[in-house]
Amino acid sequence: MTTELLISAGSLAQIKAYAEAGASAVLIGDARFGARLPGSIAAANLKEAVACAHALGIKAYISAGKLLRNHELTGLPDYLRAASEAGADGITFGDPAVWMAARDAAPGIALHWNVEMTGTNSAAAAFWAKRGVTRAVLARELNGEEIADFKRSGSIDVQVQVHGMTNIYHSQRNLLQSYMDYLGREASLVDLGPSEGRFLIEAERPDERLPVYEDADGTHVMSADDICLLEALPELLEAGIDSFYIEPLLKSEAYNIAALRSYRHVIDAWHRDPEGYEFDEEWLEPIRALQDPGRELSFGFLYKEQVY
Amino acid sequence: MNGTAVHDAESAAGKGRRYRLDRPELLAPAGNLEKLKFAVHYGADAVYIGGQSYGLRSNADNFSFEEMREGVEFAARYGAKVFVATNIYAHQEDLPGIAEYLKQLEAAGIAAIITADPAIVETAMAHAPGLEVHLSTQQSTMNWQAVQFWKEVGLPRVVLARETSMEEIREIKSHVDLELEVFIHGAMCSSVSGRCVLSNHFTDRDSNRGGCCQSCRWKYDLHQDHGPVGDPGDHMFTMGSKDLCMIRHIPDLIEAGVDSFKIEGRMKSIHYVASVVGAYRQAIDAYMADPAGYALRPEWEAEIGKAANRPLNTGFFYSTPGASEHIYEPEEKPAPYDFAAIVREYDPETGIAVVEQRSPFRPNTEVEFVGPGGRSFKQVAGPLADMDGTSVDVARHPLQLLRIRTSEPVAPLDMMRKKIGSV
Repeated sequence: MTTELLISAGSLAQIKAYAEAGASAVLIGDARFGARLPGSIAAANLKEAVACAHALGIKAYISAGKLLRNHELTGLPDYLRAASEAGADGITFGDPAVWMAARDAAPGIALHWNVEMTGTNSAAAAFWAKRGVTRAVLARELNGEEIADFKRSGSIDVQVQVHGMTNIYHSQRNLLQSYMDYLGREASLVDLGPSEGRFLIEAERPDERLPVYEDADGTHVMSADDICLLEALPELLEAGIDSFYIEPLLKSEAYNIAALRSYRHVIDAWHRDPEGYEFDEEWLEPIRALQDPGRELSFGFLYKEQVY
Repeated sequence: MNGTAVHDAESAAGKGRRYRLDRPELLAPAGNLEKLKFAVHYGADAVYIGGQSYGLRSNADNFSFEEMREGVEFAARYGAKVFVATNIYAHQEDLPGIAEYLKQLEAAGIAAIITADPAIVETAMAHAPGLEVHLSTQQSTMNWQAVQFWKEVGLPRVVLARETSMEEIREIKSHVDLELEVFIHGAMCSSVSGRCVLSNHFTDRDSNRGGCCQSCRWKYDLHQDHGPVGDPGDHMFTMGSKDLCMIRHIPDLIEAGVDSFKIEGRMKSIHYVASVVGAYRQAIDAYMADPAGYALRPEWEAEIGKAANRPLNTGFFYSTPGASEHIYEPEEKPAPYDFAAIVREYDPETGIAVVEQRSPFRPNTEVEFVGPGGRSFKQVAGPLADMDGTSVDVARHPLQLLRIRTSEPVAPLDMMRKKIGSV
């Protein structure tokens, strides 16, 4: 089976555009329960969205990835039931409350464990595998050896982010609004949402721009660089990684389409002939051509050793 | 735990053990053996410490197994327990030693581990059944259904996320019969705990394995629409939060059903830990002795104020923090009081104490003696002599033992403090 190429989508139009560009699965959802989605698809419209994906021959997963508060539990069973009845291919979750609710509201549906930066080892994934979870989404802060060892040591599908920015800080505080208030400036939540023009620059690091935005879940700080593992993909393919994720947040649709096409090309080329496969630098060009010059394309943590 | 759990009518009826404690536990940090002794002496019911591995304070002078045994023994004399924070998110390379490490903790008499990683949760339950497993705040548990999940897994206690409000705590307690531990005092991550890798990105230090370099407290320019939001001269953006302090709200916390009141700060000084623990101990005891007649006493707050180095606030308990709950200006300053000496001996016949120097003082330095339970008095230090009886003009040597006449009785482990900067 070929490796999955997954991207988040925020609308039917995006599902179509991304499927055409080579995505084999989309992650969609309602912003009431999904975290950092590129657009919200209300529970009532999930059926149509999933059908749209299936008609295009790709899978559709539903995000329920937020950390939840008591009052958000009330609508959760209906949301999960809607996902299940829509025929979704899986639900991603981080909060154990979702696992609890899915037991009753969406029995039998595939569950994907995504705790973002805290999904760091295969034994934790095994804890969830024992509870029926079928996929672990790995922290972006793992290196190549750790990723391969994670996959080798577990009996669960592994999803790795291969492209785009990553969330590096999430607060439930309204830090932008608070700072505006402190400065005595007017601001509304609408003004503070995702925007390419809003970023933080740390005093000692003038060349790194960290996108930052605020929504109903608080404040999100994103990485200053974009992961781009296109060239390194064979390492992950050889390790048997099951799903490659492209993060579309704060990118144009054209950019995301270019990224999907490049990754689709590499995945297919490698699967056709793993031995004879050779990377061609040219394959990066469509991404580079659209890359924001203020944001570096990097290997993320793939070749890093961290200390502590 | 079984000793303190209340077995009420429900459990007598065979429905199982009740997890609500008969009185709330005061849980204090202890960065080393000496701090452990002070925390316990000043009234902690339990302390949490770090061992050599798997803890999130890789820079603290963490406990060896031998020191743990000594700490457990000391705490037991007061009826207090020792917990170990094994609160990292493990990577593949960390997995092999976990079982062995947890068995050692169990053998050292540790009562519980505080852990977030499901890998460590499972390993503890399988290999060190004598250890209770408390779910760390690093799991960011904020709702009752998640608490219910961890109860079904078999854990007796969940440390809630610092984002949980008082109302939400009440709801959680009403839905799930499980011990709830809540941070009531100290520094806070401004992020959802565990959901911050700023250190990883800036310095290649893994924050979720103890490498946090507090990047949230650094200074940032917020840019928007082609330029910085602040004007030149404005204070820069930071993510740094004021410190938590719930001394004014002890009745609310107890009535909401919080079982364990946790103080943050394994890196903090003896002076800080003893002062803060002493204040909360008095408040909790006063409420438990007479809930109806309880009144906040100004000296508790004053005591905390003498050791605090950041402005204080009530976090998420009553509302989402706003501008006034964050630190934009350089407000951080040293605590107003400094730790001058520890009382080691006292002779009631002569009224002479032997004190061990922790920072310099002179015969004319104004000092304050403080003991557990709020016992305190001020005096001018007065004539100082070393152990040979030689008169001393300045107590300038760290750990030097000195004789000093106290105007009221003191006891070993009482603290002698002075205003900052005075010598």
